Amino acid sequence: MQRRQSSKHSKQPLRVHDSNQTDLSAWRKEGSINTEKTVQNQQSPSDDSKHNSLEQAVRFFEKVQDRVSLKKSEGLQKHLSTVESIGLERGLPPEVFDPLLTVALSGKLADTVNTRLLKSLVPASVIPESSVVSSVSWLCVSKCTSNVQLLFLRWLITMFDFIDRKEQLHALYGFFFSFIHDEKLCPYVCHLLYLLTKKENVKPFRVRRLLDLQAKTGMQPHLQALLSLYKVFRPELMSITLPGKMKTYFKNSEAPWKAAINAVRRRNQANSPISQALCLGTTQPQSRKRKWNAQLIIPASSANAQNLVGNSEKNSANDFFPVEQLQAFTQLVENIHCLEFPSQMGSVLTNPLLLHYMNCIKDESIYLRLYYWMGQTLQEECTWCVVENSQYEQEFKDFLEIIYKAECFLQEGFSSCEEFLCRSLPLWDGSCCRSQILRLMSWIPLSSFSEMKSHICDPLAQLFFTSSLYFKCSVLECLKELLQNWLNWHVVRLDSESDYQFRSLNTTLSGLVDGIAELIHFVGWISTVALRLENNCTFLLYFILDFYEIVCDMYLKYNLPLLIMPPAGVFYPALLSMDSVSLNQLCYIMYRYRTNLVAAKENELTKKKKQQFKFSSHTYQEYNQYIIAMVGCLWTSNVFQKDNHPQGVRLDDELLKKTGVQEFKNSFNIVYHPAMMGYAAHFLQQACPDDPTFNFSLIKGKKWNWYLDYLYAQGLEGLKLFVESSINRVSQASQNKARNVEV
Amino acid sequence: MAAGAVLGAAGADGTRVQTAPGGERPEAGAMEPAEGAGWAAAGTGRGSVAGRISGAGQLSRGPLLKKLSGQLGVSPSGRALLPGSWENADPQKTAFILRKQWTLYSVTPLYKFSSAHLKDYGRQLGAFIAAEKQKGLAVEVGVELGIKVAVSSLPDLRGSDQDHAAVLVQLSLKSSASRKKTEEKLVWSGWFCSVAGDDLSVNVLEDFTCLPLFLANGAESYTSLVGTWFQKTFDCCFRRLVISPLILTWMAALWTGYKVDKTSSAMELLFSVPCLPQPLDISYAIHTEDAKALWDAVQKTPGEITQEEVDVFMDCLYSHFHRHFKIHLSATKLVKVSTGIASAHCDGIIKFLQSQHLIRVLMLLTELAISQIQ
Repeated sequence: MQRRQSSKHSKQPLRVHDSNQTDLSAWRKEGSINTEKTVQNQQSPSDDSKHNSLEQAVRFFEKVQDRVSLKKSEGLQKHLSTVESIGLERGLPPEVFDPLLTVALSGKLADTVNTRLLKSLVPASVIPESSVVSSVSWLCVSKCTSNVQLLFLRWLITMFDFIDRKEQLHALYGFFFSFIHDEKLCPYVCHLLYLLTKKENVKPFRVRRLLDLQAKTGMQPHLQALLSLYKVFRPELMSITLPGKMKTYFKNSEAPWKAAINAVRRRNQANSPISQALCLGTTQPQSRKRKWNAQLIIPASSANAQNLVGNSEKNSANDFFPVEQLQAFTQLVENIHCLEFPSQMGSVLTNPLLLHYMNCIKDESIYLRLYYWMGQTLQEECTWCVVENSQYEQEFKDFLEIIYKAECFLQEGFSSCEEFLCRSLPLWDGSCCRSQILRLMSWIPLSSFSEMKSHICDPLAQLFFTSSLYFKCSVLECLKELLQNWLNWHVVRLDSESDYQFRSLNTTLSGLVDGIAELIHFVGWISTVALRLENNCTFLLYFILDFYEIVCDMYLKYNLPLLIMPPAGVFYPALLSMDSVSLNQLCYIMYRYRTNLVAAKENELTKKKKQQFKFSSHTYQEYNQYIIAMVGCLWTSNVFQKDNHPQGVRLDDELLKKTGVQEFKNSFNIVYHPAMMGYAAHFLQQACPDDPTFNFSLIKGKKWNWYLDYLYAQGLEGLKLFVESSINRVSQASQNKARNVEV
Repeated sequence: MAAGAVLGAAGADGTRVQTAPGGERPEAGAMEPAEGAGWAAAGTGRGSVAGRISGAGQLSRGPLLKKLSGQLGVSPSGRALLPGSWENADPQKTAFILRKQWTLYSVTPLYKFSSAHLKDYGRQLGAFIAAEKQKGLAVEVGVELGIKVAVSSLPDLRGSDQDHAAVLVQLSLKSSASRKKTEEKLVWSGWFCSVAGDDLSVNVLEDFTCLPLFLANGAESYTSLVGTWFQKTFDCCFRRLVISPLILTWMAALWTGYKVDKTSSAMELLFSVPCLPQPLDISYAIHTEDAKALWDAVQKTPGEITQEEVDVFMDCLYSHFHRHFKIHLSATKLVKVSTGIASAHCDGIIKFLQSQHLIRVLMLLTELAISQIQ
């Protein structure tokens, strides 16, 4: 049951991620189930085994009757170290506190064992009050040594806030008070009483006892603390004057557990990015190695304090809807006229409602405020630019993730983020926060890209060439996203502006076209090199062709007057690929190029008015060269003669004969192509089950058509579209090819 | 004056090596009087384009040296400087600044800050500090010493009319014994300022106030409280401003060149040797007049300083040191520069010693703060 649940939950972030942009309900839901999720997520198989060993250990301690020597009993050693490691690492579940406290305080075992047990009692969530109460009863029967008593009190003070309820503990006030005469315990008892004291606990006899004690021992800070608290509650009982505020009343007793509590808290919160963000807001500054203000905090949304206090010229403070109360989308809609941004703009990042609001309000100061805050935070926290920051990589990752999500939501990049990328990319090792950095890169706006090209592309290319295949694919993926974002942005702009205005802005359109062309050429270049470095790896080719699937459709799908053919270094490896997937993808891409180019040509011919952007004849030329090579290769078997691309595969017959391949002419047609031969063999098996020789030359005439149908049925849609569009099958293909091919 | 004589004099009692963990201090008494190598180098490497001061790998927006040349009295942008403010801020009003260690911060522009409301701000900040101090205390115990906050304006501390007047924040402890006002004890002070910070202010909108440099003196817990309040209230961002060794060399050269009325203590450079199992600091002191003579010989065109000149100045000092101690200071890290004008530590701590050149020093610091913000 638990397993099933956890797998269900682990899908959730994925879903939320996919719907970053609009799904408001997902965000709200996630916030509410968040706490259960963190607990459940921890139940991994290795956790289960640990859980079992903890259970065994607890059972062992429950059964212990007599004093067992730690040195002699291996079982005790084992179980004790189990409790220690689990307690200090991930914290103990509530149910084990009762048996373990009982063992530690009952004096059955040696003091070293008791001490070690107590020191490892760190709660994962809460400590049940009942276990504390029963351990106090053990304390009162004095079975344990004073050292253990002392340690227990210190433990109790440290863990006070983790105890789930405190009513019964309050009822034990008198018991605790009785320990005050123990010289050693007194300071800690006072501290505990200080935490417990309520007004009704302050009684004349207790005041008297304390004053007596003070008379005996002199002015002790812990006594003074308790006395001054008593005086606050019941000033009429105390006539003495107490000295002014002291620096510290109590010695810090939490030292043995402090690190463990922090580690457990950190570990448990690490499993959920949201709670991590919340905990960032509450962690104490002193836990960081650096000075004040150096930790990564996304501020909480809070109303602008200036409006609430002392703003005389605006008496409108009451008219504003406080951002803290903004919880639902309907509230946003109803109060949109009287909403104000929070005092710290950074807080909008984690608040989708405010991001909605930001989308509606076009005010430059919003972006400027965000720009300053984000810019400084990114610089300060960058794990590879700031030397001693590397241990906070996870925090930084989460921060980048939050920024990325906000960018997806707003559908635009933040300028401080671009600047950060420009500054830090030259220093980046390509592995730290990789996916976050690459994703942020996909939101660089086109306008700044041209001026930042050298800052982004050069370091990226260097990393690209020297990194793993996987990195190369990730970069290509992110550049594809980048192109997609630019094109979307362009389409939205086209929609929102009338035709007339648009033409008056044609300078920016040409800028846009130039920028996009630059990116495509960059990708073409790195792809060519990468294919050679990686031996035309199919996996890499897939990502490259994926990119060109967008490029080939820019004219029709995004209304952008630009088409760029892939370089020969991409085209030929795809055409001669060993894999039918790549070949099929290439066929589809070439089909889309054809459709786009034909449409462009038609528009050019029909529209009287002069078009400002025409495809250069070079594009058509290049397309024709490719299509001749492709048809010659796959269909007419004359690629070695007809290919006229300078980087193509035209080869002399003499040279080809020297290779010793007999049927060299048709060795790349759809039957013999290494990517297709598997299909051909299967086809032959089905078409001529009696002929075991795999005589591929049988596939011709009628069988050729059957074979094509067979290929289409195998899902080679791209091939189908390509053949149907680019090859005229009514007449004999070889004769009329040229006319059909040239657009 | 002959070059060798200058350096010889410096060495006679001014140069010393100091090892940090109580090492011995060899006095450099015997020195050859003639030393011309450094001076020859000074003659050759001049006249090239001024470099830029900015960290490697950073996009430097504003050429820092434009400002630096401005400091020498030639204002490149033709900015009108407030009469009198150029050389001397009012010594009385700025006296509190001198001879204290100030920790430097850069601050992004303050949103919706208004100097008309300084009193209100003081009250709000006081309430904020009181609230923060009580956090985590279930019941307040004992007599709490109240913190009084005063926020005021320092109109003298700016370079031109375009600069916003500096803002001073002071925290003082109300005495518990007697409630008399006179018994307040100043525990913390900090001030925001901008001297010739128009590089930043021209780019921001009306709602923003540019006071990019913040200096704090006092317990860091107070800095944290005040800073947090400002960040919350004016949506700004504080960052520690560290001074790179390169900038420290500029400070050494610039401050050496400033005229001072009274003879002041020696210029002292503090170096730390990296990659040693035990920290080793080297202190290098030079008589002010000697350093000035060296700088005057290196620096040619009035009103313009190049990176090259600064390098030559430092190289001369280094080669002199190497001749006597066989230590290449260029391989160590410059961590602190002290002159009669001010002393600056690379951790971003500064101490002003003269009100005379205060504005000039602040101008450089403002520039550094702006380059960190942008």
